[in-house]
Amino acid sequence: MTAKLKAIPISAWLGLAIVTLNLLVFILGPILAPYGQNEIVGAPFDPPSAQFWFGLDQNGRDMFSRLLAGAQMSIGVSLAASLISFSIGIPLGFIAALFGGWVDTVLSRIVDTVMCIPVLISALVVLQALGSSVPVLIFTIALLDSTRVFRLARVVAQGISVLEYAETARLRGESLFWLITREILPNALPPLIAEFGMRFCFTFLFVAGLSFLGLGIQPPFADWGGMVKDNQQAILYGLYAPLFPAAAIALLTIGVNLVVDWLLNSGAAVQGADR
Amino acid sequence: MSNILTIRGLKVAAPNGAILVDGIDLDLAPGEVLGLIGESGAGKSTIGLAAMGYGRGGCRIVGGSITIGETSLMDGSRATREKMRGARIAYVAQSAAAAFNPAIRIGEQIVEGALYHAKMTRPEAEAWKLELLKTLQLPNPETFGDRYPHQVSGGQLQRAMVAMAMSCRPHVLVLDEPTTALDVTTQIEVLALLRSLIQRYKTSALYITHDLAVVAQIANRIMVLRHGKLVEEGTAEQVLEAPREDYTRMLVAERQGNLSNAVTDHPIGEVLLDVKAIDAYYGKTAVLENISCQLRRGETLAVVGESGSGKSTLARCIAGLLPTSSGMISFDKNRLERSYKKRSKEELRRIQLVYQLPDVALNPRQTVGEIIGRPMKFYFGMHDVPREKEVARMLDLIGLPQEFATRLPGALSGGQKQRVCIARALAAKPDLIICDEVTSALDPLVAEEILKLLKSLQSELGLSYLFITHDLGVVRRLADRTLVMQRGKIVEQGATAEIFQPPFHPYTEELVISVPELRRDWLDDVLAKRKVAV
Repeated sequence: MTAKLKAIPISAWLGLAIVTLNLLVFILGPILAPYGQNEIVGAPFDPPSAQFWFGLDQNGRDMFSRLLAGAQMSIGVSLAASLISFSIGIPLGFIAALFGGWVDTVLSRIVDTVMCIPVLISALVVLQALGSSVPVLIFTIALLDSTRVFRLARVVAQGISVLEYAETARLRGESLFWLITREILPNALPPLIAEFGMRFCFTFLFVAGLSFLGLGIQPPFADWGGMVKDNQQAILYGLYAPLFPAAAIALLTIGVNLVVDWLLNSGAAVQGADR
Repeated sequence: MSNILTIRGLKVAAPNGAILVDGIDLDLAPGEVLGLIGESGAGKSTIGLAAMGYGRGGCRIVGGSITIGETSLMDGSRATREKMRGARIAYVAQSAAAAFNPAIRIGEQIVEGALYHAKMTRPEAEAWKLELLKTLQLPNPETFGDRYPHQVSGGQLQRAMVAMAMSCRPHVLVLDEPTTALDVTTQIEVLALLRSLIQRYKTSALYITHDLAVVAQIANRIMVLRHGKLVEEGTAEQVLEAPREDYTRMLVAERQGNLSNAVTDHPIGEVLLDVKAIDAYYGKTAVLENISCQLRRGETLAVVGESGSGKSTLARCIAGLLPTSSGMISFDKNRLERSYKKRSKEELRRIQLVYQLPDVALNPRQTVGEIIGRPMKFYFGMHDVPREKEVARMLDLIGLPQEFATRLPGALSGGQKQRVCIARALAAKPDLIICDEVTSALDPLVAEEILKLLKSLQSELGLSYLFITHDLGVVRRLADRTLVMQRGKIVEQGATAEIFQPPFHPYTEELVISVPELRRDWLDDVLAKRKVAV
């Protein structure tokens, strides 16, 4: 075990540390926050001080507290959307790969149709039509994202299902459930886990983007993307305010990507050894 | 005479620090062919590449010296080594298909080296290419170079790669299993041409192979390697005829022991598998035409033929993986459905398949115990405790220690994996096991063990085997009856002893005489015989 821990590169450690920090903030954020997220504690755009580490925002709320509170919304929405998109995309992708034929054709063409519309436009249409509530936001993003997951899961499963061990299981007469859960999934995990990290990042940025456009998480709830948007004018006056939420987004993205890179590398090693 | 290639105390380490090649000394005189013999993992390819100052897949040369002519590869800079590679020492790989860029014409790839190293002007290089293609007897040498790699056969591509390696007139050729991937009949052509080419241009060569009989035809001296160390070295005659070390003796004995025919020492029952006039297609291409054969209980039927003869396709049709388009397959007097999907669980259980490549036949995420235990649970509903016992018994039967049950396939050697594959087939208590080239990917000594295991299992359990192989030695020892196939059709079938006794069918004879023998003059004999035949 210690040998395994030593084999983890420094970049991965850094990534893991960043992700852990974010998760802690995600869970404990509101408790740790010194002020309420909507509590006005001073003048707009007050610079960082000993009392307010990251200064105050455009309404005079504590930036640090809002960052801690916003983590819950930003990370929570992305995490939920990613999880849902994977639990839709993986089974459908595997089924398309294993059945082939018309099942594959129907599923793949549906996915192609969804994918040929730019994600942002699809999301804007749905959110405009249904109104931007958190559940609608999560499900919209999850559905749109699941097309990408479907494509990956399908191609990975296709590669595995032609291997002799999967063929042996089919020849044995194993059920679809066994094939998916025991033969395909364990061997498809490395690329899928890596993809999960990437998807999470994309979703996170996408939510931030939507919030920036005013269609994401609605005020007064704090979320990192929205905070960048709300404070953007400050940058014109040489103030730091929007840089803090932007930095939080960047930090989490970098952290997750470092972890993903590491998983991808170790996943590639496993796959190489299998051949 | 001074050496063209001198290696002293060569040490090569893998990325994880394991020593792959340990203290090898090697001398190669001008015009000499040195055979490097050994099993997989013996370090022979690693030595071949190290001779060019190259370590494959992150391997590093950690010690020793390599000198080509007067130039030391290890002391020089990277640029020095690059100048030597291709120009003074060139490499021919096992898989020509993987060594050619599929998007560039063959001729362009042949002259590339000469032009890159500025050894020749383009007209000179083109003229030399033409001469090489003629020497290697490629069809239409003037236009052969205009083709793309996928447009020529495997044997032709292998020869084209030799031409590519010769493009700078190197002093040394490193030939890494150049004929292993070829059919026996093609192997003879490539081997004969290689030999005449080497003699004609007085090129030195390192000939790397696992097949003693092949190296016997071409090498002046032989080095036997094992686990990265030298076992013995001597002239070809001495190593082949009077090996000093036990290991070499085992290798030689294994190669010689192939000639006795199988003796049926187990009872043979009624007809188990009855294939009647089946045809099969891949798309619109016929891959099997009018195949009929029978297999009795307790019997071994070998299906032999070159690649593309349809022998594996026949296995896939019987297993139901490729539905036949016409004809009928019966098993134990019941008609089998064309596709395995429509066959009953019981029918599926009674026919089991063992594959050529054990590496991909075992799920890398399941332990050996899970793999062997699954058919027991699936077919017989065995509970955990009796299943564990049965797995242990099975491991015992295939000659693996019981603690292997908790291991993952990644921790097993190739031969051990193949044993697990056999155990998985046995766990279903089948009547028929289809063995598709089960020993082809294994080292000779390991393959020998697997064959022995299969044989003893047959007499113990009364199994029937359908044995797909291109190795006639295996057929003779194992099969009661043999079916010879060519281009999807049956050439002949009958008792093995009769098939392999004169008078031969012409195609069978070609196959038989093409199997390399350990005699030094075998190749000349075959070439003489072939000329008569043509």
